[in-house]
Amino acid sequence: MKTRTTKYNVLVILLLLMTFIIYNISVYTGNPYKQPVKLSETALQGQLLWQKNNCWSCHQIYGLGGYLGPDLTNIYSNPNKGAGYIKAFLNSGVKSMPKFDFSESQKEAVVSYLKHIDSTGFYPNFEAKFKPNGWVELKYKDEK
Amino acid sequence: MKNKTALLFLIIALSALLLGVFFGLFASLQYIIPDFLKELVPFNKMRPFHVTTVISWIVLCATGSIYFFITKEEGFKLFSYRLFKTHFILFVLTGIGIYVSFLTGKMEGREYLAYTPILTIPIVIGWILFGINYFKTLSKNIKNWPVYYWMWGTGIVFMIYHLCEAHFWMIPSFRSHFIKDISVQWKSYGSFVGSWNMLVYGIAIYLMSKIKKDSTLAYGKTVFFFYFLGLTNLMFGWAHHTYIIPTQPWIRYVAYAISMTEWVVLAHIIYSWIKTLSNEDKKKYCMVYKFLRAADFWVFLNIILALLFSIPVINFFTHGTHITVAHSMGTTIGINTTILLAAVFFIVQKSLPNYKIDTLFIKRSYKAFNVSLFFFFCALLVAGVKKSNWMYFTKEVHFSEMQDSLYYVYIAFFVFGLSLVFSIISLATVLLKALLKAVK
Repeated sequence: MKTRTTKYNVLVILLLLMTFIIYNISVYTGNPYKQPVKLSETALQGQLLWQKNNCWSCHQIYGLGGYLGPDLTNIYSNPNKGAGYIKAFLNSGVKSMPKFDFSESQKEAVVSYLKHIDSTGFYPNFEAKFKPNGWVELKYKDEK
Repeated sequence: MKNKTALLFLIIALSALLLGVFFGLFASLQYIIPDFLKELVPFNKMRPFHVTTVISWIVLCATGSIYFFITKEEGFKLFSYRLFKTHFILFVLTGIGIYVSFLTGKMEGREYLAYTPILTIPIVIGWILFGINYFKTLSKNIKNWPVYYWMWGTGIVFMIYHLCEAHFWMIPSFRSHFIKDISVQWKSYGSFVGSWNMLVYGIAIYLMSKIKKDSTLAYGKTVFFFYFLGLTNLMFGWAHHTYIIPTQPWIRYVAYAISMTEWVVLAHIIYSWIKTLSNEDKKKYCMVYKFLRAADFWVFLNIILALLFSIPVINFFTHGTHITVAHSMGTTIGINTTILLAAVFFIVQKSLPNYKIDTLFIKRSYKAFNVSLFFFFCALLVAGVKKSNWMYFTKEVHFSEMQDSLYYVYIAFFVFGLSLVFSIISLATVLLKALLKAVK
């Protein structure tokens, strides 16, 4: 026989679980914001190279990842950097960054992945607006 | 003594702690000597060793402690000792598999779970076996569960779910939509931490009620309020990790509304417990008490930080800086590790009542542990403030120049890290020796 408290606890957990299921479905099936652009085959290969070589150990994307290297969210569209700069760094290495012996197609794949990431938003989001209630309104990539 | 497997879990956990801090120290050297063994063991190879090993410490120690408490301390007959042993063997073999995966460079996984993803299958199976054994044992023996049984049960179930969720990136529809992919990845990590917190905080409440010999502590309305609040945070409070990602604003609103409230209650519970504990209890469980008191201090310190950066406008400046690392070190070492060390001291005392521990040595190591961690934490905060200043308030300064300007902060980070490692080695080796004696 379950006690009254146990039954009450089970009820609360069930309610929370039901909310959790609805919440998860919304997160998994909803569009992130506006219409997302799908990663191309080349970009997906770049994503795999990013994972296999643990690029996240040192680099960040949207401020998430390691701290030894710089954030790469908008490196592709940076007027002083871009595709050529990324490719040069991949096979030359620098300070604590090892040299990666990537083929030209692999370098293209990594650049394509970073190009796609760049198209999704800004980081740091310099044009974000601060609200008096502590909220931050982000500037989206395709906003005028 | 039937539950030697529980002690074996703890021995493996303490070994992982020793190995994990060594890897961490080795990796941190590259912040001050970037060329150090760069070609042989670059940082991108060393970090997964450190991260996975210290996560294993937390998870294995929590698992071993829970097995010990329900079988030895509570005296419940386990549903299946065969499942228990299978769980242990499965985790040990998977651990070996993970190191082989790292050593051979097969790291197709992602941050925190960098090993080849196939190894997640035996890990999930291990948790399922743990869950079967746990729920079957408890449902047979006890009707009105104290809060820690609910917390451990919840931790096990959500650990299984979020381990699977962390691999949703393998499904093409997730992987090919970057924003959804990165959001779900960090959702799973946030809740994964929430799941092990359920196990560890449950252990803290269990120890408190056992030391005080007052079971009402684990049945009160406040602790159950805390439990449900913690569960709500585990389910919905992850998005403060991803405030900055252009997801749907409602996801971020939900996180803003509920984040970080759970610690207020935990701090309240530990504080009230310390206030009402008799001197006799404090003396009898001297080291357990000391470590729980340290956990309380770290809860307070981290609560200030966590409450601050759960406000989006502050999070905007702290996100992506070492302030986040200070917070994760403060919680995993300051809170989780101190609670787990308290649990191991309690278990050693119960398994070997006449075993003599060099109390003076332990007290000195305990002091060194807390002082080193405090300065280690401060060094990370300073580095974080400097990085945030570079990101938002300087122009035309390269990343490498900013890193160079942090050189002395990184030296402090390394020196206090080294001191922290020595104190952890002192504490862990004393406990390891005792546990090895207990399993003989």
